[in-house]
Amino acid sequence: MQVTKGDVPLLEVRDISASYGHVQALKPTSLHVGEGELVTILGPNGAGKTTLMRALTRLTASKGQILFRGDDISGLPTHKLARCGIVMVQEGRGLFPQMTVRENLTIGGYLHPATVDTQMTTVLELFPRLKERLSQVAGSLSGGEQQMLAIGRALMAKPQLLMLDEPSLGLAPRAAAEILGTLSELNRRGIGILLVEQKAPLALKLAQRVYVISLGKIVAELKTDEIKSHHDLARYYLH
Amino acid sequence: MTSHAITSIDPPGIRWQTILPVVAVLVLAGLGLLSSDYIVTVLGFAFIYTVFCTGLNFFMGYTGQASFGQSAFAAIGGYGSAILCTDYGWEPLLALVATMAISGVAAVIVGYPTLRLRGHYLAMATFALGLIVYEITIEWTSLTQGYMGYSGVPPLGLAGYELDSVKQQLIVLVVLALFGVVVASRLRQSRFGRALASIAGSEQAALALGVNIARYKLIAFVIAALYASAAGSLFAHFIGFISPEVFGTTMVVQSFAMLYLGGIGTMWGPVLGAAIVSVLPEALRGLNEMQDIAYTAILIFILIFAPRGLAGLAGLFRRRRRPLQEVA
Repeated sequence: MQVTKGDVPLLEVRDISASYGHVQALKPTSLHVGEGELVTILGPNGAGKTTLMRALTRLTASKGQILFRGDDISGLPTHKLARCGIVMVQEGRGLFPQMTVRENLTIGGYLHPATVDTQMTTVLELFPRLKERLSQVAGSLSGGEQQMLAIGRALMAKPQLLMLDEPSLGLAPRAAAEILGTLSELNRRGIGILLVEQKAPLALKLAQRVYVISLGKIVAELKTDEIKSHHDLARYYLH
Repeated sequence: MTSHAITSIDPPGIRWQTILPVVAVLVLAGLGLLSSDYIVTVLGFAFIYTVFCTGLNFFMGYTGQASFGQSAFAAIGGYGSAILCTDYGWEPLLALVATMAISGVAAVIVGYPTLRLRGHYLAMATFALGLIVYEITIEWTSLTQGYMGYSGVPPLGLAGYELDSVKQQLIVLVVLALFGVVVASRLRQSRFGRALASIAGSEQAALALGVNIARYKLIAFVIAALYASAAGSLFAHFIGFISPEVFGTTMVVQSFAMLYLGGIGTMWGPVLGAAIVSVLPEALRGLNEMQDIAYTAILIFILIFAPRGLAGLAGLFRRRRRPLQEVA
């Protein structure tokens, strides 16, 4: 498939694989995300979606090559990825539950201390509900608000590529739609997004391309509108 | 091991929550100065333990890690000061600073491999560190004089001036303890402190946000070692004698009791805990054979009704007041 928007993709992954002991959870897999593109990874439970995300961010040891805007970042530890502009919102959100919303956001801006205030203003404009909860501890927020905070905190790190693992997990349909709508807005602002999502119909409305992963391997790569012509996939993911 | 750290960062600024404990400490010290030398000595222990627990709190409370081996650095501080002052005639203050530097280097050497471990494994590794140093203080008799210990350690002083009375020394210990608490608090409210708090909250989330957790854990460990070393040195100069037993398992257990009773992860928890665990047994001495039972019962009572420690009660009060203010 043609690399989108220019010759060098934002993220290019070549033959990445990961194992838990003797079990190979992720077989050699390649994918890419173009500049300003929103790409979704779909797959059933246990397919290896989270392992792929963790392998990409080095939270799980992996083999293979990862290029970010053409630079090889395969050997970088997790904390240096954020300096490159790659930030992940983990499954389960990974908030600091006993800290306030403001403290969570401030820590999100750890790499950019000089611009914490302006970046926080931007984040609070995007999530006005967080503005009302600034002094509230994160653990006391609703699920939707927690997810907003997790995304807002990631945005404080000024990502160029935002990776999200199941952001709608455990949310009511309305809250999930709201969160995914925000991702669409972020994508319009030029942030590349790699999204793992179970709520396929919602995710497919946002994404420009989709990878389908099964048994630890990417089995299909399609433009979103092409999925309807693949009857098996359409039946599985759109209904 | 699950961290019980309170990870919320107290907002900066001087408020009643800050002023009240300082006043309480000064009143306690003032009362001590009007009392017998025995009471002054008990209070002196409390403020030395305040220094020790403030460092431990930095690593366990603020960073959310486990360490059972800080007594090792206290031993380095204590024996370092004793040896340098009695055998080589160093100034006590200079010896204190020098042994802090030695402890810092030792903490880097030990912490670099050890801090790759997590949870119970880290706890056991640090506990082993404490036991190893304890054995060294017993077995390396040519350096430490073994069970005999080191006596004749001069009191704190500088440029030939020595603090002869325990009351003078108590004043210095109060100042140093408050200084240690304030430094730890300022660090806690800095960008560095926020990075530590993120590690305590979720290491993976901290990594994702760009925090180099390995480096920060090591720095926190070194800071805790510096505090422990200073406490060990202060003990040697305050009492004038040290032996292996001073830095044994009892020190670890006592400091944990202080930290959890006072409130782990809070600014004033180490002060409150050190004061209670040091002073309470003396206050209950009149109960004779019932003393230990009453002491233990009170500690359990505090842990049940203030699971986040006594300093955590201030947080409860603060949270309950806020809705009233909003309604008003």
